[in-house]
Amino acid sequence: MELSLFANWFLAGLQTLLLIALAPLLLGWIRACKAMLHNHSPASLWQPYRDLRKFFRKEVVVADGASWLFRATPYIVLGTMILSAGVVPLVATDLPTAAIADVIVLTSFFALARFFSALAAMDTGTAFGGMGASREMMLSALAEPAMLMAVFTLSMTANTTNLSSTIEYLLQHGLVLRPSFIFAALGLMMVAIAETGRIPIDNPSTHLELTMVHEAMILEYSGRHLGLIEWAHQIKLMVYGVLIANLFIPWGIATTLTPEALGIGVLAIIGKLMILGVVLAIYETTLAKLRLFRAPDYLSFAFLLSLLGMLSHVILEVG
Amino acid sequence: MSSYLLSIPVICALLSSVISLGAKQSARVARIGSFLLLGIGGIVAAYTGFYVLIEHQILTQDIMLGLPWMHWHLRLDMLSALFFIIIGVVSCAASVFGIGYTREFESTAYGFMPLGFFTGLFVAGMLGVLIADDALIFMIGWEIMSLASYFLVTFQHTQAANRSAGFLYLLMAHLGGLAILLAFGILAGMGSGEFNFDFSFNDMRDHSNITPLWANIAVGLSLFGFGMKAGLVPAHAWLPEAHPVAPSHISALMSGVMLKVAIYGFMRVTFDLVSTLSLHWSWGVVLISIGGASALLGILYALMQNDLKRLLAYSSIENVGIIFISLGLCLLFHSQNRPALASLAMIAALYHILNHSIFKSLLFLSAGAVLHNTHERNLEQMGGLIRRVPYTAFFFLIGSLSIAALPPFNGFVSEWLTFQAALQTTGLQSGVLRTLIPFSAALLALTSALSATCFVKLYGTAFLGQPRSKNVRHAHEIDNGMRVAQGFLALLCLLLGIFPTTVISVLEAIPHKLIGVELANVSAEGWLWLTPISPGVASYSAPLVLLSIVTVWGLGYLLLHDPKKSRISPAWDCGFGGGTPRTQYTAAAFAMPIRRIFKPVWKVKEKIEEQKEITLHSKRIDYKLEISDRSWTALYLPIAAAVNYCARTLGYIQTGNIRTYLSYSFFTLLFLLWLIT
Repeated sequence: MELSLFANWFLAGLQTLLLIALAPLLLGWIRACKAMLHNHSPASLWQPYRDLRKFFRKEVVVADGASWLFRATPYIVLGTMILSAGVVPLVATDLPTAAIADVIVLTSFFALARFFSALAAMDTGTAFGGMGASREMMLSALAEPAMLMAVFTLSMTANTTNLSSTIEYLLQHGLVLRPSFIFAALGLMMVAIAETGRIPIDNPSTHLELTMVHEAMILEYSGRHLGLIEWAHQIKLMVYGVLIANLFIPWGIATTLTPEALGIGVLAIIGKLMILGVVLAIYETTLAKLRLFRAPDYLSFAFLLSLLGMLSHVILEVG
Repeated sequence: MSSYLLSIPVICALLSSVISLGAKQSARVARIGSFLLLGIGGIVAAYTGFYVLIEHQILTQDIMLGLPWMHWHLRLDMLSALFFIIIGVVSCAASVFGIGYTREFESTAYGFMPLGFFTGLFVAGMLGVLIADDALIFMIGWEIMSLASYFLVTFQHTQAANRSAGFLYLLMAHLGGLAILLAFGILAGMGSGEFNFDFSFNDMRDHSNITPLWANIAVGLSLFGFGMKAGLVPAHAWLPEAHPVAPSHISALMSGVMLKVAIYGFMRVTFDLVSTLSLHWSWGVVLISIGGASALLGILYALMQNDLKRLLAYSSIENVGIIFISLGLCLLFHSQNRPALASLAMIAALYHILNHSIFKSLLFLSAGAVLHNTHERNLEQMGGLIRRVPYTAFFFLIGSLSIAALPPFNGFVSEWLTFQAALQTTGLQSGVLRTLIPFSAALLALTSALSATCFVKLYGTAFLGQPRSKNVRHAHEIDNGMRVAQGFLALLCLLLGIFPTTVISVLEAIPHKLIGVELANVSAEGWLWLTPISPGVASYSAPLVLLSIVTVWGLGYLLLHDPKKSRISPAWDCGFGGGTPRTQYTAAAFAMPIRRIFKPVWKVKEKIEEQKEITLHSKRIDYKLEISDRSWTALYLPIAAAVNYCARTLGYIQTGNIRTYLSYSFFTLLFLLWLIT
C-alpha cells in the first residue's frame, strides 16, 4: 500500500517532468508547421531548447530601479506553471497530484502568474510595461469567465470539477455526441488562443508597440529571467493543449498504471498534440491579427459559445 | 462565570471611550490607555467567540436593567460568535495600528478626544448588536454604532466634503434603521398573535402564528434596511463617500467590520428569526441578482477610482455582493430541499465574510500607513513606494493577492467554495434555476478577474515604478506598531488561505445550528485536502500548492541564481532617452481599455484641451476625466428632488401665524378624541 502510494507520487512527478520537458518541443512543432505553410524551410524542432539554453547562459540585465518583485516574478511564474503542469492529466488519470487542484484552481494558477507578470511589468516604470500590463489584464478579465463557463459545462455533465474524474467519466460513457461539448470545445479553444498570446489576439513574433501585449510586459527581461518566463509560457501553451486534447478527445489516456497503458498514453497524447499543433498553425496562417479593441468582441463570442454550450446542456441533455 | 464574558468586551470598549475624555489633561496617556483597553476588549471578544464556536456553548445572560417587564437579554450563539471574533481581531489590529497612527492628530485642531471617544463607542455599539437577544438592545447597539461612526466620518470636520459625506451617511443609516425597526415590529407583533411588550428574539423565533406573507414582508424590510447599511447596489452611493474620509483605522473598522454587522443582522432575521422554510424561493433569486449587480458594478466603479481609499471602499461593495450571492445560493438550495448544499453555500458566505474583514482591514491599514507618510490619496501622485516603505508594500501585496482571489491566499478559498456550490445544480427541478446559478458563477468569475485587474492597477501605480510627486519620493518607513498590526493581518490572510479544512470545521457549527446539516466530507481525506462535497467531485490542497510554489522557487533560485551574471542598467527607452516619472503609464490610462469596453456603466466626462503653436506642435495639452456614479443621477438626486418638492408643498400650511398653529392643534386634538371614543 505504502509502496504503491509512493509509486503513484513518483509517476505523477515523472508525468509533470515529461510535460515541462516536452513544452518547448510543442512550440517548435507549431513553428515548423507554420513555416511549412508559409513555404519557408522550417527551423529545427529543437530550436526552442537552444533558445532556452542561450537565455540561461547569458547575463541578466535588470532595469535601473526595479524592485525585488521584478527579480522574483520569473521564479514565481515558472513555479506556478510547473504546478499547473502537475495538475493536468497528461498520460494517465488518477494520479495523486491531480487532486491538489481542480480546474477552477488551475485557472487561478494562470491568474496568479499573470498578476505577478503584470506587476513586474509595471515595476520598471516604463510606458511599455504599463501598456502591456493594462492590455493583458483587460484581455484576461474577459477570457476568464469564458473559460470557466466552458469548463463548467463539462463539469456539470460529469458532476465534478476534478480533471481526472471528468476524463474518467467521459471515457466510461463512450462516444456520445453532446452538442454542449462542441460549443464548449470551441469556446475553450478560442480562450486558449487568446490566453497564450497567439494570433488573432496577440502576435508572439513581433515587437510592434501598437500591437504587442505579452511581449510588451516582458520587454525588460533578459538572460535567465527571460528564459524562465519563456519556458513558463511554453508550458502554459502545452497545458492548454493537453486540456483541450484530453477533455474533448480523452481516448488513449491511461486509466490503469500498467506499462502498456502508460506507453499508449504517451503515444496518444503526442499524436493529439501534433494534430492540435497543425490546427493552430493553419488557424494562425489564415487569420490576421485583430485590432486591440476588436479583441473584446472575439472574447465575448467565446463567452457566448460557452454559454450556449451550457444552455444546450441544461435544455437538451438534462431535462 | 463564563456568561460574564459577553459584557466584558463591551465594558472595555466603553471604558476606552471614557479614558480618551482625559485627552485634554494628557493626550499621550489617553491615547495609549484607550487603545490598550480597546485591544484588551478585542482579545476578550475573540476569545469568547472562539469559546462559543468551538465548545458549541451558547452564552446567555439576563441583566436586570431597563424597564421592569423588559430585562436586557444577552446571548451569544454560533452565528454571532463568528462576528464577535471578527470584531475582536480587527479592533485589536486597529488599536495596535492606531497608537502610532493617531499620534499626529494630537497636535491638530481636531485633537484626540473625539476620535478616541467615538471609536470606543463605535466598537461597543457593534458588540452590543451582536450580543443582543431582543430587538431593544439590538436597536440601541445599532444606533450607537451608526451615530458614533457618523462622528468618526466627520472627524476632520473642517473639510466641507467630509461634512456632506457625514450627513448623507447619517441619513442613509436612519432610513435603513427605520426599515429594520419595522421588520422587528412585524416579527414581534405578528409572531405571537397579540402584541406583547417583550421584544425578545426568543418570542420572535416562536413564529407559530406568523403568516408567510408577513414573514416575507419582514425579510423584505430587513433586506432593505441591512442591505442599505451593507452598501448593496443601487443604494451604495453613500458608502464610497463616507468610508474613505474617516481616519484609516476607522475606515478599516467600518469597511472590515461594520458592513459585516449589517450582514449579521440580515442573517439573524432571515435564517434565525424567520423560518427559512416559510420564505418564498424567489428570495434566493433576488439576493443573487442584487448580489451579482453589487459585485460587478462595485468592482467596475472601483476600477475607475484614482483615490486609494475610495477604490477600497468601492471594492467593499463588490465583496458584499459576493457574500450576498452565496447567501442567495444558500436560500435557494434550502428552498429546493438541498440542505447539504445550502450549508455549503452558507459556509462559503461566512468564510468570505471572515476573509473580507481581514484583508480589507489590512488594505485600509496599509493605505493609512501610506497616507500617514505621504499625505497623498491620489494614485496619480504616487509610485515607487515599494522602495520607500518596503514592509507596507509587502503587506499590501498580500492583501491585494487575497482580495484578487489568488491561491494560496484566503480570498480564493471562499470564492472556490462559492463556485463549488454554484455548480451543483443537477438535482434542481427548474430549468431556469439550473441556468441562472451557473451563470451567477460566470459573473463571479468576471468579477474576480476584474478585481485582479483593479488591484494590479492600484499596486502598480502606487507601489511600483517611479515616484510621481515630492511627498512620495521622501516617504519613510512607519513605526513598529503599525507594521505589527499589518503583519498580523497579513499572516491571518495566509493562514486562512492554507488551512481551510480547519477553518471550515470550526465554521460548520453555524449552518449546523441554522440549517441543521453539517458538511460530512469536508476533510474526508484528511486535513490536507479540502473536499467540500466529496473527494471525487472536487478537491483542493492549499498547503501543497504553497509547498510546490515555494519548492520550485527555491530550486530555481539555487540552481540558476548567479549574482556575477547580472548587471543593472537603465530601462529601455527606445533610444530617445529621458524616460521620466511622467512617461509612466498612469492609473487612468491603465483602466482605459476597461472603460472603453464597459462604457455605459459610468457617466464619463472626458475633455481634451490643446493649445497649439504656429508650427502645429502642441504647446500644452490638458486632459480632464470625470467619472461619476450613475446611482446619483438615477436614484439619489430624483429622490432628493421629490423630498424637496413635498417639503415645499407642505410648506404652504406653515404660515408662521400662531393662531393658525393653535387651530391645527385644536383640530388634531378633536380628531384624536373622536378616534378614541
